[in-house]
Amino acid sequence: MTDVPAGERQQLPPPATDSGALGWLRRNLFSSWGNAITTVVLLFLLLWLVTSFLNWAVVNAVWTAPNGQACRGHGACWALIHEKYRFIFFGTFPYEQQWRPLLAVIIMIVMLVTSADRRMWNQRLLWIWGTGSFLTFLLMFGQIHIPLGLILFVALAVGGLGMLLRSTVAKPTEIAGWRTLAAIGAIGIVLRLTGVLPPWSLALAPFSYVETSLWGGLPVTLILATYGLVFAFPYGILLALGRRSNLPLIKGLCVGFIELIRGVPLISLLIMASVMLPLFLPTGMSIDKFLRALVAVIFFAGAYIAEIIRGGLQSLPKGQFEAADAMGLNYFQKTTLIILPQALRVVIPPLINTFIGFFKDTSLVLIIGIFDFLNAANQALVDPNWAGFPSEVYLFAAFVYFCFCFSMSRYSKYLEVELNKGTRR
Amino acid sequence: MNKLSTALVAALAVFSMSEMAWAGKDLDAIKTRGQLVCGVMEGTAGFARLDNRGKWVGFNVDLCRAISAVIFGDSEKVKYVPLTTQQRFTAVQSGEVDLLTRNVTWTLTRDTVLGLDFGAVFYYDGQGLMVNKKLGVKSAKELEGATVCVAPGTTTELNLADYFRANKMTFKPVVIEKVDEVRAAFFSGRCDVYTNDSTSLYATRAANPPPPLTPDDFVILPEIISKEPLAPAFRQGDNQFGDIVRWTQYAMIETEEYGITSENVDEMLKSDNPSIKRILGVSPGMGKSLGVDEKWVYNIVKQVGNYGESFERNIGMGSPLKIARGLNALWKNGGAQYAPPIR
Repeated sequence: MTDVPAGERQQLPPPATDSGALGWLRRNLFSSWGNAITTVVLLFLLLWLVTSFLNWAVVNAVWTAPNGQACRGHGACWALIHEKYRFIFFGTFPYEQQWRPLLAVIIMIVMLVTSADRRMWNQRLLWIWGTGSFLTFLLMFGQIHIPLGLILFVALAVGGLGMLLRSTVAKPTEIAGWRTLAAIGAIGIVLRLTGVLPPWSLALAPFSYVETSLWGGLPVTLILATYGLVFAFPYGILLALGRRSNLPLIKGLCVGFIELIRGVPLISLLIMASVMLPLFLPTGMSIDKFLRALVAVIFFAGAYIAEIIRGGLQSLPKGQFEAADAMGLNYFQKTTLIILPQALRVVIPPLINTFIGFFKDTSLVLIIGIFDFLNAANQALVDPNWAGFPSEVYLFAAFVYFCFCFSMSRYSKYLEVELNKGTRR
Repeated sequence: MNKLSTALVAALAVFSMSEMAWAGKDLDAIKTRGQLVCGVMEGTAGFARLDNRGKWVGFNVDLCRAISAVIFGDSEKVKYVPLTTQQRFTAVQSGEVDLLTRNVTWTLTRDTVLGLDFGAVFYYDGQGLMVNKKLGVKSAKELEGATVCVAPGTTTELNLADYFRANKMTFKPVVIEKVDEVRAAFFSGRCDVYTNDSTSLYATRAANPPPPLTPDDFVILPEIISKEPLAPAFRQGDNQFGDIVRWTQYAMIETEEYGITSENVDEMLKSDNPSIKRILGVSPGMGKSLGVDEKWVYNIVKQVGNYGESFERNIGMGSPLKIARGLNALWKNGGAQYAPPIR
């Protein structure tokens, strides 16, 4: 054998047993006798588990049956889901009208998906949520009466916010526009309160009215979670900022609220809202049960979100605050332009974690008799004609919950990558 | 319900009692609202549950529908509020519901201290004992040394102890907080006996045995070891509403007694029997005395049915629960359902 210079030697491929799929198998699963045995045993176990599950869930399953008796002795009784799916999804909503909650759910999902896209994070978001929420509630209620007072109040609030937030950046004409809007609102409210303007209200009534006590199933879970968190998020930001405030009164109030709410379980808040509250109200007067639950969720989620955001605020170096001050930014600008964007980016994983937690926690409303998705599924089990198939119903419910929670967690992953591009190498 | 929460509810009731004692207003409020608000159980087979189309059905629900038929002439003008055991009394006291048609036992304290009034007994319930058929037990007297699954702190547990002591027998209690878990423990064979109100036992037997067990694997023993008369509850203070509730119940029993059913009620209108004529409003007077439409009983029977029909359809032999009439048969058949005459 002649000596060939190093650079001209023939490059042999690595031995087949060391590379490719075979090599991977050998290295990772069969590297020693012990590992080989473990692998084989676990493979058999897995195979057995999967086949027996598939046997139960697919091969021997009953897909249609007149009643539970016909299902007995076979595999999974999906006929029960087939029979009850509309009830599980829409609860007590009037049967003939159930296209309305279906459409509402679709609108809400579209709304959530579109606003997940970063390119939408500007004024378009307001429009998406404005129209989306309006359509959702119009479909759910069927009729919406907007009192004049509310319209005027919104005008005042929007005008006032515009004046505050855009004071240093906007052109004089825009500021004048905000001012007019706020003035119309303020004068209108005064006139309405003194009785000059009539108690007029804008009535939109394309469908029959369905009160919240009849809502049920998936729309309830989605509305409670979405709007609970949408309101809890800004509320939590305010609480977090308040907790770091230099003003003792504001700080004290925020600390007190957060600690009080965090100190009690959500269930006890819900029970308070549903059992104790009515006793303190005058007889006959009652606040909508759904609204009570929503407010309880907002309070509870707000306190938790506040603490997460405070963590983000504290992670910012002091220099950021000082630099913003040195630039001559006022408190609003400093907070909205410098502090919050950085603080919120840091806390995305724990925030989404809380969101997922609350999405599932909304099912606790079952203890105050609201038929959310899980509770509606529970109700489907009560039917004596379909007795004894809890696993099918709970598996189905778990699957639906998983779809929502898993997409949220994937979205969190995407957001982390997307928002940390600047700091990534 | 345990003692602590009873005391709490009682205290709250006294606290809010001053606002509750006025007369005639409840009925007026119901009429203005155009809806009867009924507090029901959250889902118990046969008594109150939601069907596939999200509509409430059941024995307790039928009572609400009947009362709605009397007040409005339409059995569908009811709003149902599902209530938990903790919420049920405050919901009545606070006016959130007009009427409670859950399976509530009528007792002295509830009738007085809680500020409630009760209608007639719609179901004579009692605590029963369920065993697995394999045990071969025919009577509760054979249960010496048995393990019994029971929920803690309830009158159920006390009744059980009393019964075994009175019969000089011993038992081992398995006390579990949650109803679902008590049931699971019983069905998995952890205890020989499961005790609860017999209505609940029938519902459990019909709806809960996990496959491959079937309802036929379990027997409910003939002994009833406590009295649990179930009656609708409403706020004290509106006597006319109370009358309407009671007489709706009596009318349902009375029509069963006279053989008036939802099927033959139209023919019965032509009957010569003066009692039937009076009941169905063919000879007027009864409705006026009660302050409702003369066709009130006709509306009940036509839209809901008589007591027996409602019983059979929801919880009786025509349903998966298969509860025998027993004490709830008409007095003529040896039961305790007895209505004062409508005249």
